[in-house]
Amino acid sequence: MNFPQNIKYTKDHEWIRVDAEFGWIGITDYAQSELGDIVFVELPKIGTGIEQGKAFGTIEAVKAVSDLYAPVNGEVVELNKEVQDSPEVVNKEPYERGWMLKIRIENPSQLSGLLDVESYKKLVAK
Amino acid sequence: MKRTAFNRIHTSLGGKMVEFGGFEMPVQYSGIIEEHLAVRKSVGVFDVSHMGEFEIRGEHALSFLQEVTVNDVSRLTDGKAQYSAMCYENGGIVDDLLVYHCGEHYMLVVNAANLGKDFEWLQSHLPKGVSLHDKSDEVSLLAVQGPKAVSTLQKLTDVDLSKIEYYHHVSGKLAGEDMIISRTGYTGELGFELYFLSDESIGKKVWDKIFEAGGEFGIVPVGLGARDTLRLEMGFCLYGNDIDQTTNPLEAGLGWITKLDKGDFVGRDPLLKVNQDGLKRKLIGFSLPERALARHGYNIRSNGSVVGRVTSGTFSPSLQKGIGMGYVPAGMAKPGQAVNVEIRGKEIQGNVVKLPFYQRS
Repeated sequence: MNFPQNIKYTKDHEWIRVDAEFGWIGITDYAQSELGDIVFVELPKIGTGIEQGKAFGTIEAVKAVSDLYAPVNGEVVELNKEVQDSPEVVNKEPYERGWMLKIRIENPSQLSGLLDVESYKKLVAK
Repeated sequence: MKRTAFNRIHTSLGGKMVEFGGFEMPVQYSGIIEEHLAVRKSVGVFDVSHMGEFEIRGEHALSFLQEVTVNDVSRLTDGKAQYSAMCYENGGIVDDLLVYHCGEHYMLVVNAANLGKDFEWLQSHLPKGVSLHDKSDEVSLLAVQGPKAVSTLQKLTDVDLSKIEYYHHVSGKLAGEDMIISRTGYTGELGFELYFLSDESIGKKVWDKIFEAGGEFGIVPVGLGARDTLRLEMGFCLYGNDIDQTTNPLEAGLGWITKLDKGDFVGRDPLLKVNQDGLKRKLIGFSLPERALARHGYNIRSNGSVVGRVTSGTFSPSLQKGIGMGYVPAGMAKPGQAVNVEIRGKEIQGNVVKLPFYQRS
């Protein structure tokens, strides 16, 4: 299981990578492995506001369906087209090519409430 | 939770273990889609030892089975098997099952989740002169399915596998062990189900030999996840999803196994009435556009109202789209008919499709 250091995690198994005022959001290696083969990812439109802890999209695997929860508040500025066309990249590279949304972060102070890599590792070890 | 004789093998292969029918079973190893396609293109092995096996003996065994199952057991001869169902007095389904004629006795193969219920139900109808034994804990069951199943297994047995017809079985040695070699399966592919003594060392020996023999074909272990997608592509019913005590075999598309003219059996009267009055609803197959997926329990809607419910739904790895089954009013069951499935509050338009979804090439 892969747990990169340079990102923040949620207890719902999303991650966010921050660069200046932007954040890239995806699901963790643990989440993709639990879901199994991902076949469809439903994402909000560009310009939509997402709200911390609220569902912003849906991920369909062969066996299960799961909501995607926003790590922080923000506005969607870009969608990963590759994830929409070839959802299996989320299984293959959940932290790189499998990112889903790029957002403009509204309230950077929310980031400090997210899990660091050690806390997230503990969460999934339970 | 119960474990099959292959439990250690599953965990050592990285199988993701889940509870199913009271057993700890692998839902997948490498991934559902990959396992599914391996069975369609080459060959895969399923541990289905969780299934239940009952042995029925005695001079009145035939008349007993005629009474408690819907298919015509008198048509079975030694070496044949048949798909059937048991019904309650009201015509609802107790379980679907396989009935094997094994010469001196019959073997019933039932769903793991229904094992206790089935046994009690059979026992409550058991007449004098017939014995019923639950052999489930003594039997291992491996399904070897796919176009390369014969080439794989033929290396391990002197029995001429190509001569075993569909829904026939023979007793013989395979991988050095005594077993029932049955040309049956739940995938729609050419394949066999192997019944033999449940024992960890025998199990490991048989498993290893099958994988050695199938190595050149890229044989893979297959979990319950792909078992479900494979059966759904064929439109095969799964008890607890598509059929249960509230559905009857006629509306479930199982009229072909329900022999209303064979004589009396439990549930026949209400089924005769259904047959006479015509079906109110029917189990249909539907496909959805692109990658919309229906799931068990989702509503089927038409003209603003709920007309039915999805009983099974998944992504079809062979067809690369969403497929499912569900009950709709009989008038809406024609192939081509538009059906709307409610997915997270949105109505997605699909179409009724003639089953099976997938045709073997």
